Amino acid sequence: MDRDYTELLHRCFRCGWCKLPTNYQDFNCPAYLKYRFESFASGGRMWLIRAWLNGEIEPGERFAKILYSCVTCRNCVEACALPNIKDRLVDIFVAARADLVEQGRIPPAVRDYLKALSVSGNPYKMPQEHRGNWAEGLGIERYHGQEYLFYVGDVGSYDEVGMRMARSVAALLQSAGVSLGILGEEETSDGNDARALGEKGLADYLAGQNIGTFRNKGVKKIITLSPHGYNAMRNEYPVCGGVFEVFHYTQIINLLLGGRIRPGEYLKRVTYHDPCYLGRWNNEYGAPRRILGSIRGLVFVEMDRNRNNALCCGGGGGNFFTDMLGTGPDLSSRARVREALATGAEIIAVACPQCYKMLDDAVKAEGAQDAIEVKEVSEIVSASWGSHL
Amino acid sequence: MHELKFDPGMCGRCTTIDCIMKCQYLHYDLKTALSEHERLVDGEQSTILTDCVTCYACEEYCPYHNHPFYLIVDRQEELGVHPVPKPLEKSQVVMMGPRGKIRPKTLSPPVINMCFFTVMNACIRGRLFEGASLIGGSDIFCNLMFLHFARNSTIRQRLPQMIENIMKNYLEPSGVGELVCYHDECYGTYTSWAPAYGIEVPFRPVHLFDFIYRRLLELKADIKPLGVTVAYQRPCSNRLCPHTDHFVDDIFSLIGARRPKREFEYEHALCCGGVPEAQQRFELTEELQAKNVEDMKAAGAQYCVFNCPFCFWTLAERVFKAGLVPIMMSDLCLMALGE
Amino acid sequence: MDQIHERLTEIVGAAYVSDAAEEKFIYSRDQGVQEPHAPDYVVLPGSAEEVSAVVGLANREKIPVVPMGGGLVLSGLTIPQKGGIVLDMKRMNRIIEVNEKSHYAVVEAGTSQGMLDAYLKKHHSALKHSLPDAPPVATIAGNIAIHGSGHLSQSEGGFHSEMVTGLEVVLPTGELVRLGSCSTVPGWFSRAPLPDLVGLFLGWNGTTGVITKVGIKLYPRPPYHDVLVFMTEDIDAAPDILCRIINTGMAEDINYALAPKPDYLNGFQMTVINITAHSEEELGMKKKIIRESLRHYFETKEAGFMPVPPNLKANFLEVPQKALSKFADVRKGGGFEYVGAIMPLEKIPQACRAGMEITGRIGITYSLGARIIGRGHSAMFFFAYPFNRADASEVGKVARALEETNETALKLGGIPWKTEISGQQLILRQMDPQTRELMEKIRGVLDPNRIMNPGNWEVA
Repeated sequence: MDRDYTELLHRCFRCGWCKLPTNYQDFNCPAYLKYRFESFASGGRMWLIRAWLNGEIEPGERFAKILYSCVTCRNCVEACALPNIKDRLVDIFVAARADLVEQGRIPPAVRDYLKALSVSGNPYKMPQEHRGNWAEGLGIERYHGQEYLFYVGDVGSYDEVGMRMARSVAALLQSAGVSLGILGEEETSDGNDARALGEKGLADYLAGQNIGTFRNKGVKKIITLSPHGYNAMRNEYPVCGGVFEVFHYTQIINLLLGGRIRPGEYLKRVTYHDPCYLGRWNNEYGAPRRILGSIRGLVFVEMDRNRNNALCCGGGGGNFFTDMLGTGPDLSSRARVREALATGAEIIAVACPQCYKMLDDAVKAEGAQDAIEVKEVSEIVSASWGSHL
Repeated sequence: MHELKFDPGMCGRCTTIDCIMKCQYLHYDLKTALSEHERLVDGEQSTILTDCVTCYACEEYCPYHNHPFYLIVDRQEELGVHPVPKPLEKSQVVMMGPRGKIRPKTLSPPVINMCFFTVMNACIRGRLFEGASLIGGSDIFCNLMFLHFARNSTIRQRLPQMIENIMKNYLEPSGVGELVCYHDECYGTYTSWAPAYGIEVPFRPVHLFDFIYRRLLELKADIKPLGVTVAYQRPCSNRLCPHTDHFVDDIFSLIGARRPKREFEYEHALCCGGVPEAQQRFELTEELQAKNVEDMKAAGAQYCVFNCPFCFWTLAERVFKAGLVPIMMSDLCLMALGE
Repeated sequence: MDQIHERLTEIVGAAYVSDAAEEKFIYSRDQGVQEPHAPDYVVLPGSAEEVSAVVGLANREKIPVVPMGGGLVLSGLTIPQKGGIVLDMKRMNRIIEVNEKSHYAVVEAGTSQGMLDAYLKKHHSALKHSLPDAPPVATIAGNIAIHGSGHLSQSEGGFHSEMVTGLEVVLPTGELVRLGSCSTVPGWFSRAPLPDLVGLFLGWNGTTGVITKVGIKLYPRPPYHDVLVFMTEDIDAAPDILCRIINTGMAEDINYALAPKPDYLNGFQMTVINITAHSEEELGMKKKIIRESLRHYFETKEAGFMPVPPNLKANFLEVPQKALSKFADVRKGGGFEYVGAIMPLEKIPQACRAGMEITGRIGITYSLGARIIGRGHSAMFFFAYPFNRADASEVGKVARALEETNETALKLGGIPWKTEISGQQLILRQMDPQTRELMEKIRGVLDPNRIMNPGNWEVA
């Protein structure tokens, strides 16, 4: 592991601020919330990584589970009391995972995910030519120099919920007259979660593939469906030589509000769940809220944990695919649904296909289908703006 | 070395004693003022030394520019008068002392000196400050604040080194001759205190408001007039450069702000209360702040604009509670530019 | 799987028992300098019944049990000296009742300070409990069990253990008992007028049972806050200054501190006075009265109130103060431990000098200070020593300094609080033999197999 990181490990005091949001209301670290052993909190991870590097413990199955249960939500980064280490916490966990990848000591689920990604270019092991299937019937053209490339990513391309979301966002942007095209079968995984799982080589390779395609096609501006792709393209691709103007789709909708997008009425009580890769990773809290706030009749209510204090859905850092948190009432997605229910909201608005799926499943697991529904921001805008669709 | 250029004869010939009679905190009749002032000039103990709020205003009141305030501070130090409790004073001397960490750097103009207030760096942004380079911190700190602590000696001791640090590390390597002073304490140091003590200033200090005004002229087309009434909290250090006050009006006219007629304005501006508080004069602090903010409200001000970060920290909460928006001048101008 | 593991799994579920190397490593040590000792099992119970079953099993099998809350005691009290089971109580974090009229809350033992505070702010915003300076994950039960103190200790009458209105406890033999009014009537409002058995579980370092529920007093939460900071450079003035402030009756919390870093505070002492009020006027009046009480000092210019800039003020007003955790990084090494000695106020100057002398001689740095407990009835004087965890020599020096400080605190007429096992031994040696014997008898009755946190309060 990089010396810059190893020299920080012993500076963690394991004081536990990292487990909480800033209002302390409940545990805000998904891995700790689920497992409850000190070893599964960020502080525990720091001490265990140090113990591993010092030869005090062997990196067995449990150790790998502890490292891979981190969903890279960066709550610990927000909450840590020590300014000299806080910003590096998640980087350290990812670096430790990279060492495990190198040593071949990763959990089977992680191995399977990475293998599928390198063999099929997507974690679903689906044919590449099916990537554009989500857009069937929408009349969206392949990218040929339009103003924006609409990058959909793995979940938007292959997952049922993700595809629904991709269609909704694309349809809304189209109806607003946004000039955009897609890559379809030429799109490759954004590599964000591969990087979070410690497979930097694969992430760089995937980034390189996409950057090459974008360049060949003359792409300058990108709209991403997923905050994960947004994060990769905004923060990682420039390091790999790919500098593009990258937007999350909520930012584009926000820009068009009052002009080409004029939301109508939506008589529901709605709360919003911040995706970690849009919020804590990229500091975008305003755009989705401004969109929801612009809808007539929509009663917006915040959950107690919001913005930089939001509880992650548990799908970050590759866990959406690797499922290192398993099942049970202490899953952060289920805790999040309970928190949303407590606001009296009828809708949990999301802006990430992974959050969408995680929370949708959690609503069912909580048996709350009659009380609350998960909807994506563009679906809500479109529902209010029915005449345009 | 670096003795104050003070002419006792000039004071001897003075019959109005404006420095004392205009003071808003010493309420002497002319006879008392004359006698106390004489004691001051003669280097004897005087109530002026113990009662002075150290608001710098007498530097502005003296029609002969004979530096009555610097004299007061010199005398306080000579006679062991400590306006502020000794532990606070000693602690400040260490806190604000040079760290010796400065390294040469090539900068592009305009170079803005943030004084000790590098925490305010975020204020330097947007088109108003496009291309600006920032410098600041303890190794280039003007140290003028020690006027409040009866420690002219600290300024005398540190300032030449600070000036050299600025020149050798920043301005000379960059071929820059102008230094924009974010805080007018620095501007006052270079244009008033340094000449008064015979210290050469080898660069041209520029007042922040002067800089902002010129930038706003360039950006005039982009200004959206604010249409608000703004009270100005004049800081003590502006008493050392009263000729810059017109920039407040000039800037306000460009950004569409109205400077209301107030009782405590211009020459009669009131201290923010920070220094009297440090002097442990809590009732006076309360009285000053209450009068000042009431005056702003009575004048119909919606905003209170500051130049000095210390005034801002001292008064902002009270201003806010009174229903006014406290704001730094640079931020007010950025607002007018829609930023 | 061994039989004990199997039985524990039956009681709490497989997910909440571990004998893995990773948990053994983490639960074998805390943030201080005490030697690690690994547990055999870490168990996370979800209810009092589960605790009762685990402790019953341990008693039958004569397996040590170490109850643990936030695990932030720093002095090794939750390190399983003789292996056995560490009971991490934090899954039991339900807030069971808040009684606004009788001003108490009943919480499960794993409820954190932060969680109760957040719950009260949201649902009972006029009330609060006394928060310690520990990070917010520290538990209510852990803190009262070690006689903790906090930001209402000065104004509201003492140690957090004095704010306990009732307990539910699992005895070392597995029985679940209730103490205080809740033993007789439904409410958890008072320990009086019954024989006070609550004390059998406070200050005993988990050697007499496992607390599973706590009734804790609540106090008004006035909406207005401010802080005054009085700066001095005469250590001997501390008792008088503190008494003057205490006697005004206007302060909520009073803390005294000195440290060699940052440089500009070296040689000075700060008395930090937190004030709360129900209106601006009340706040102003309280500040005025406190300032007036120290006029003698600031008029001579030998001491004075420091203007507090907003960022610093925000730090002082934060409860608990995040900035205190930063002390662990003073030596860029993630660690500190302290001797918190409960002592009379008049001993503060001597304690300050002793702390400086010990650290100067051993060659480590320090932060010294005191929180006032009650209306000056005692002070919790801390001698806090940060260290670099990666520097074994520095860790050793701090361990030595802590031992010496424990001895010094006792010599000064104070008693080390939540002290390491070596400190406990120092106290026991100095204790009245009859008292020591009584403690032994009580433990013998409650814990015949001596399974509870062995090593602690053990008469040699």
